[in-house]
Amino acid sequence: MALRVDDLRVYYRTLAGDVKALDGVSFALADGEIMGVAGESGCGKSTLGKSLIRLDARMRYVSGSVALDGEELPIWDDAQMSAFRYRRVSIVPQYAMSALNPTRKIGRMVRELLRSRGVDADAKRPELERRLGLVGLSADVLDRYPIELSGGMKQRVVMVVSTLLDPSLLIADELTSALDVSTQKAVARTLVEFRDRRFVGSTIVITHDLSILYQIADTILVMYAGKVAEKAPAEELVSTPRHPYTRLLVSSLPQAGARYRERRLAGIPGRPPSLLDPPRGCRFRDRCPLASARCLEEPPVVEVGAGHAVACWEADAAPPPETRLQTAEAS
Amino acid sequence: MLRLERVSKTYRVGVFGSGRLEAVRDVSFEVRHGEVLSLIGESGSGKSTIGRMILRLLAPSAGTISLDGVDVATLRRGRLKEYYRRVQGVFQDPFSAYNPIFKVDHAFGLIRSEFFPGLSRDEWDAKLAAAIESVSLNPGDVLGRYPHQLSGGQLQRLLVARALLLDVDLLVADEIISMLDASTRIDVLNLLADLKERGLGIVFITHDLSLGNYLSDSTVILRRGRIVEMGATEKVFGDPRHPYTRMLLDSVPSLREKWTDVDGAPIVDGGGDDESDDEPPRLVEVAADHLVATP
Repeated sequence: MALRVDDLRVYYRTLAGDVKALDGVSFALADGEIMGVAGESGCGKSTLGKSLIRLDARMRYVSGSVALDGEELPIWDDAQMSAFRYRRVSIVPQYAMSALNPTRKIGRMVRELLRSRGVDADAKRPELERRLGLVGLSADVLDRYPIELSGGMKQRVVMVVSTLLDPSLLIADELTSALDVSTQKAVARTLVEFRDRRFVGSTIVITHDLSILYQIADTILVMYAGKVAEKAPAEELVSTPRHPYTRLLVSSLPQAGARYRERRLAGIPGRPPSLLDPPRGCRFRDRCPLASARCLEEPPVVEVGAGHAVACWEADAAPPPETRLQTAEAS
Repeated sequence: MLRLERVSKTYRVGVFGSGRLEAVRDVSFEVRHGEVLSLIGESGSGKSTIGRMILRLLAPSAGTISLDGVDVATLRRGRLKEYYRRVQGVFQDPFSAYNPIFKVDHAFGLIRSEFFPGLSRDEWDAKLAAAIESVSLNPGDVLGRYPHQLSGGQLQRLLVARALLLDVDLLVADEIISMLDASTRIDVLNLLADLKERGLGIVFITHDLSLGNYLSDSTVILRRGRIVEMGATEKVFGDPRHPYTRMLLDSVPSLREKWTDVDGAPIVDGGGDDESDDEPPRLVEVAADHLVATP
C-alpha cells in the first residue's frame, strides 16, 4: 500500500467550537492508484487533501495516522512535513492559474523552487523541457511571465512543475472545475498520463463532479459529513452503489443522459448536518429513505466485495438498485 | 414571444477603448411560450452577454430584441416596468444575491413596494405564500430567516419565486445551478421544468451540456459570439453536425460511457483558441428545426 490513512480526525477551530470536518476517515491507496474523492460541499473532501500536505492555521490535528510507503507522515508538525512536501507529497491546487509567482519568469521560479529543496536545477532542466513538451508546451514558456500564458497553459505548467520530482502522492483538488469542457478533458487525461508514465505514484483527485471521476479514477471514495460513506472501484460505484447516499447521488445526475420528459430525476431532500455538533450514529440518517432504529448507532465500514467498502447498516438489506431508483423518483 | 434578430454586441476594451471585442455576433433566435431554450457555450462564447441584453442590462450594438413584436430598446418608464413584470432574470450566485443583514423577506418587500403598492397585507401574504409554494418550498420554513440560515438550493428557489410574483412570461436563468450541490441542483432543474409546463418561456444559459440536454426543448450552441449550431435539442445532441458541437459532446464526462482515447495523440486542449474565423458563417438548415453554421 502506497498510502494508508487510519482514523484521521482533523477539526477546524471556530468561535462556536470545533467543526469536525474530518471525523475518523480511513482508507488505503495502492501504488499507481488514482482515487477520486467525491462529495458535496462541506463533506470534508478538501480538508482531507489539505491534511495530507499542510494543515493551515485554523486546522487542528486531533488523532489518526497517515503512512506513505510505510513511513509515518508527521502531518501534525508543519516543520517536519516540510521534508516531505513537494518531494514525496505534492499538490496541484484548485486555482492553479494563480499559483505562479507573477513577478518571476517561469524558468526562474522553477529554479528557485528546486534550489529551495536542495535539487540541482540545471540537471533537471532537460527533464522539465521533456515533460513540458509532453503536455504540448515548448521550452520557451520558461522565459515567459505567467501573465503571458493562457489559463489552460498555466494549469499545464503547474501540473508539470508540481510533479517534477516524481512524488509518491499527488493531490489534485478541484483541478478541472474552473475549466471549459474541452480543456477539462485534456487536463483530466494528463493526470492519467502522468500516472501511466510513473511521474507520480498514487493520485488523489478531489472533485464534486462524479462523472469526471468515472472517466479517470480507478477507485472512488464518497464522503458524507466528515466520514467515509463508500469506497469502491469506479465502475462498480457508479453501476452498483450500495450506500443509500451514493445511490441517490448517482441517480440524481443528468450526466447519464437523462431528459426530464422521459425520466424525471429526483434530488435528495434535506441538507447535510452541521459538523459543529454532528448527530450520533449515521450522519445520513435524517435524509435516508432506509433509516431505522439501528442507524442511531454508528455504522462500521464493512467490506461488501473486492475493494468495495460501505458504512451502512442497511447496505445488505437494500433491494436491487433498479427498484430503489424508481422509489426515489416516485417520492 | 421573444425574438432576437441579428443581435451583436461589441465591447470597447483596452486603453481609451481603442480595442474592440465582439462578444456577440449576428445572433438570431426565438423563444416561445412554454419553451426552454438552452444557450450553451464555453467561457467567452457570449452566452451571458445575450442574457443581459434580453434583460436590458446591456444594449445591443446592432440588431433588435423584441417581445411580442415590440422592440425592447424603445421601452421607457412605465412600459419598461411592464417589461420587467413579464421578463425576469435569476443569476449564478444565490449567496450574494441577498443582503446578508436583512431577512430574506426583504427581497420580496422590494417587489411589493415597487409593483404592488396597492395590495393589502393579507392579499400580499397570500400571494407570497402561493409563489413560495409554487417553487416547492414551505413558506414557514423560509420566511423570517436570514440568508445564511438557508441552503443554496432554497435561496435559488426563492429567487425564482420572486420572479414568479410578477406574472412573468420569460425567465432568463444564467448558470443558476452551477453553484449548487449535486443533490439539490436537480430539484431546481425540475422546478424549471414544472414552470415551463405551465407556459413559462425560459432562456437557460449554461456551460453544462448534460443540464441543457435534460431540460431544454431547443438548444443554441455558441462559440466566440456566433451560433455554430441550433435546433431541437434531440437533433443537436443526437445528430450533431458541426465539428465544434461534436468536440463539445465528446469532451463531456458522461456516466454512461468513457472517453475513447486515441493512442499517441498529444495532450492538448481541444479549444483551439488561436484558430482564425474571419469567414462569416451562414446558418444552413440541414433538417427540420436544425441549423448548422457553414463557412
